[in-house]
Amino acid sequence: MTLLTKTATELQSLLHKKEVSVKELTKESLTRIAKIDGDVQAFLTITDDEALARAEQLDNQPLEGRGPLFGLPIGLKDNIVTKDVVTTCGSKMLEDFVPVYDATVVEKLNAAGMVTVGKLNMDEFAMGSTTERSAFKQTHNPWNLKHVPGGSSGGPAAAVAAGEVPFALGSDTGGSVRQPAAFCGVVGMKPTYGRVSRFGLVAFASSLDQIGPITRNVEDNALLLSAIAGVDPKDSSTSPNEVPDFKAALTGDVKGLKIGVPKEYLSDGVAEEVKNAVKEALNVLVSLGAEWEEVTLPHVKYASPTYYVISSSEASSNLSRFDGIRYGYRPEDAKNLEELYLRSRSEGFGDEVKKRILYGTYALSADHHKDLYVKAQKVRALIAQDFANLFEKYDVIIGPSSATTAYEMGQLINNPLTLYANDVLTVPINLAGVPAISVPCGFADGLPIGLQIIGKHFDEATVYRVAHAYEQATDFHTSTPDIWEGK
Amino acid sequence: MNFETIVGLEVHVELKTDTKIMSPAHAHFGAEPNMNIHVTDLAYPGVLPTLNKRAIDFGMKASMALNCDVATVMNFDRKHYFYPDNPKAYQITQDERPVGSNGWVEIEVDGKKKKIRIERVHLEEDAGKLTHTDEGHSFVDLNRQGTPLIEIVTEADIRSPEEAYAFLEKLKAIIQYTGVSDVRMEEGSLRCDANISLRPYGQKEFGTKTELKNLNSFNFVRRGIANEVERQEGILLSGGEIEQQTRRYDEATGQTVLMRIKGSANDYRFINDPDLSEVHIDEAWMERIRAEIPELPDARKERYVNELDLPDYDAMVLTLTKEMSDFFDATVTAGADAKLASNWLMGEVSAYLNAEQKELRATELTPEGLSSMIKLISDGTISSKIAKKVFKELIENGGNAADIVKEKGLVQISDEGTLRKIVTDILDTNEQSIEDYKNGKERAVGFLVGQIMKATKGQANPPLVNKILLEEIAKR
Amino acid sequence: MTQFTKDDVYYFAKFARLAMTDSEAESYASRLSDMIGFADALKEVDTENVGPMTHPLKLINVLREDIPTDRLDREEMLKSVKEHEAGMIKVPNIL
Ligand SMILES: [Mg+2]
Ligand SMILES: [Zn+2]
Repeated sequence: MTLLTKTATELQSLLHKKEVSVKELTKESLTRIAKIDGDVQAFLTITDDEALARAEQLDNQPLEGRGPLFGLPIGLKDNIVTKDVVTTCGSKMLEDFVPVYDATVVEKLNAAGMVTVGKLNMDEFAMGSTTERSAFKQTHNPWNLKHVPGGSSGGPAAAVAAGEVPFALGSDTGGSVRQPAAFCGVVGMKPTYGRVSRFGLVAFASSLDQIGPITRNVEDNALLLSAIAGVDPKDSSTSPNEVPDFKAALTGDVKGLKIGVPKEYLSDGVAEEVKNAVKEALNVLVSLGAEWEEVTLPHVKYASPTYYVISSSEASSNLSRFDGIRYGYRPEDAKNLEELYLRSRSEGFGDEVKKRILYGTYALSADHHKDLYVKAQKVRALIAQDFANLFEKYDVIIGPSSATTAYEMGQLINNPLTLYANDVLTVPINLAGVPAISVPCGFADGLPIGLQIIGKHFDEATVYRVAHAYEQATDFHTSTPDIWEGK
Repeated sequence: MNFETIVGLEVHVELKTDTKIMSPAHAHFGAEPNMNIHVTDLAYPGVLPTLNKRAIDFGMKASMALNCDVATVMNFDRKHYFYPDNPKAYQITQDERPVGSNGWVEIEVDGKKKKIRIERVHLEEDAGKLTHTDEGHSFVDLNRQGTPLIEIVTEADIRSPEEAYAFLEKLKAIIQYTGVSDVRMEEGSLRCDANISLRPYGQKEFGTKTELKNLNSFNFVRRGIANEVERQEGILLSGGEIEQQTRRYDEATGQTVLMRIKGSANDYRFINDPDLSEVHIDEAWMERIRAEIPELPDARKERYVNELDLPDYDAMVLTLTKEMSDFFDATVTAGADAKLASNWLMGEVSAYLNAEQKELRATELTPEGLSSMIKLISDGTISSKIAKKVFKELIENGGNAADIVKEKGLVQISDEGTLRKIVTDILDTNEQSIEDYKNGKERAVGFLVGQIMKATKGQANPPLVNKILLEEIAKR
Repeated sequence: MTQFTKDDVYYFAKFARLAMTDSEAESYASRLSDMIGFADALKEVDTENVGPMTHPLKLINVLREDIPTDRLDREEMLKSVKEHEAGMIKVPNIL
């Protein structure tokens, strides 16, 4: 492995000097996938022919006007819609679904000159945190193949960690970018709600979903977010706020930075080794001139139930369009419409998806709407207010991205409540709509630990600045799993 | 026992925007199946709605014209139900905060005026179109999916089929005046459901209601309600109970027919749509829309009666459609006498439109043309008889009456010398008629006038011909 | 705590158009009971003077001009439709 360990900036320089061509770079990624994806199982679809054709075309483009991500290979979570390339969302429902349009982020990646090499595995409809809920395959954690990569963006995080692609896009509804990034030892950002267009992201929970970049280092991450961020007339929930130059924010300077560390984020539920790694990280930041204080997010303990009510309610609404009529799974011999509906949905959706649809249907029903759905929306407002209060005093909030390192496969799949409770460190961020990143901050038993840095609305720049300063002072991000050496 | 009829109407009106309310697809009637579609209309995974500003404008305009309060803050909600014409399995509508509320429409039945209150006007998406076949399947066309609608919900203030009819006529006229819809029932741009119940006179509480659907013309609304009232009366009089049902009107039999029994089976699970932002209407926006609302039918009617001295009946007929009323106004502005303009529009013009099955705008007639003709009648340049020829020319080929008259030599002959010469010539060749007249056969004059008109191709000024003729006969 | 029964499962499954076997319904009943129990904690939160947060970002008047764009080609659309005829999507008998 040589080329794919380099940063985007280093690769641009090589491409510019013609020491390497886009085609060579693309081939390197494809070769790597061919070699190790049998073990990692990150990819659902590999678009090798399309990628090579595009690479050739890009190689003929003049040097001037090439962007900072020109010619770089990227993989996409399979809930990001790609024209003419099957987009399954990890579900039998969309097993053979070929979209007729590109997601806005895909148009932006194309405009930035990137080369999409394939679509990545995920929990069905992004409902899960282990990628064990994919209808198609089980993705393995590149650091230890017996462990899960996290989820629901397990495919993207594993692909980047395994060096199959230096860039990937995931989606984060309750932690689905940050938690797998933490489990796989890579950098994963959930931008501010409204920063990145959701047009072409298959909706799970519309008021929580955001697409986020997964990369090997902070600088690459900032470059990728710059490429996909911005207002989109096709998504009315995108913010018209200007997108700053995130790379320019990477000054390495955190002197005087005020950090709030919620005591809830270092509570008993968090594994000792994770707590220690986070405290160690805080020491590093203090050594760089930052200061931290223990703070409290009083309503954050309600975040998980709040999240499950809201996300399941919205999911039950969003997923009602899968009815077997216009696209997607449809049984062949349905005798009448009712049977078509019932069989399409019962045979097309997996168990966890159906459970959440049922839960959401219950929460929205006339009798429970007020005391469950609206109640959760009110608690959500309180959680958001908790963050707003802290951000009056602190520049960032820091804690772990996950309470533990990656679970063993099968360990928790039948223990949903434990899984849901483990979301408590990530879901509050989606409820509040603020940005947060996970960066590698240590290892326990050979499995990575993630540090979560949370920022104010639309202040990804500060989040990146802190993450980058920390990354430069440590070397966790340079470690690679044994699978890199082909062991 | 005697029962009072209680009716509330729900009227859906399609708005005449260029694009759909939640997608930038064309929103036009009459295209080939599935040609006016956008990825959003198909409810593909990942698509999002985008709200059409003009649909908001139109919703506000209609609400104002219906005397509603217009919401300063509104939002859109999802209403969930599965049906093949509803691709998302939810309809985007306004549940919590509709664009308009607390309005009214004044109707007149048997000379009595009455206000029908409007509970709400909300904006929503239309569904696609389903065609059923006999062979056990249906076909979905999504052209109509997402066309903007306003749903107008009245209070249960209507007390007879006639009042329902009068309400719809008035509603149609008002909406049409605002220009937000064509309100054509035959094209489905106006659709009406009726909620009908009975109660003994004097009783306060409403009885159980049935919902009547599939009312495809104002007449069917009237007949459907009448039939449903009769049906309910029959049940109540024989001691039965009304069941909450959805029924439809069968045009062939004139009866209402059961569609489904309404249970607690509906749970629409409304949620505020997270994909769409709130809409806030400020004073400037309100003012802009208010300024765009033209003078409405009632105000015009009043003006015609008070300022133009038209009879009530004329004022009523002329204001039924905005097109006719605008045409009338322009004709009068161009200088025509108001009563003559009214006579022509209600008479010859309407007769022509009826006979040709045409709309006024599809003819060549212009207000200036009609006015020019009326002026020529008023100043005696042409006779009413000639005017009919001129009119035919104007409505078929357009132009100006004066030019037509000149071109075709249709000017009325009012020169006494010229006419006297013609009259004496006719008398010279019709001695028998003079004799008849003198023997008391008054009819002979008619024959002579006919001869004179024939000789002048109808251009002779009739009163003058009469006068000269009698003078000349007397001389003989 | 609310216990979710099999009948409850069938009741809500009907709105969601989900069919299931008896044993599936039993399993969902138990798991949904857990979920509902999990949400019981929300009851202790005082939300008396709190408005529901429906959107994380308070945008207003995000509106589109009334100009047609991006027509979807019918043949493209029909490619993902399993059964169609004369440009229309075919569905089985509506009972
Ligand atoms: Mg209705
Ligand atoms: Zn409606």
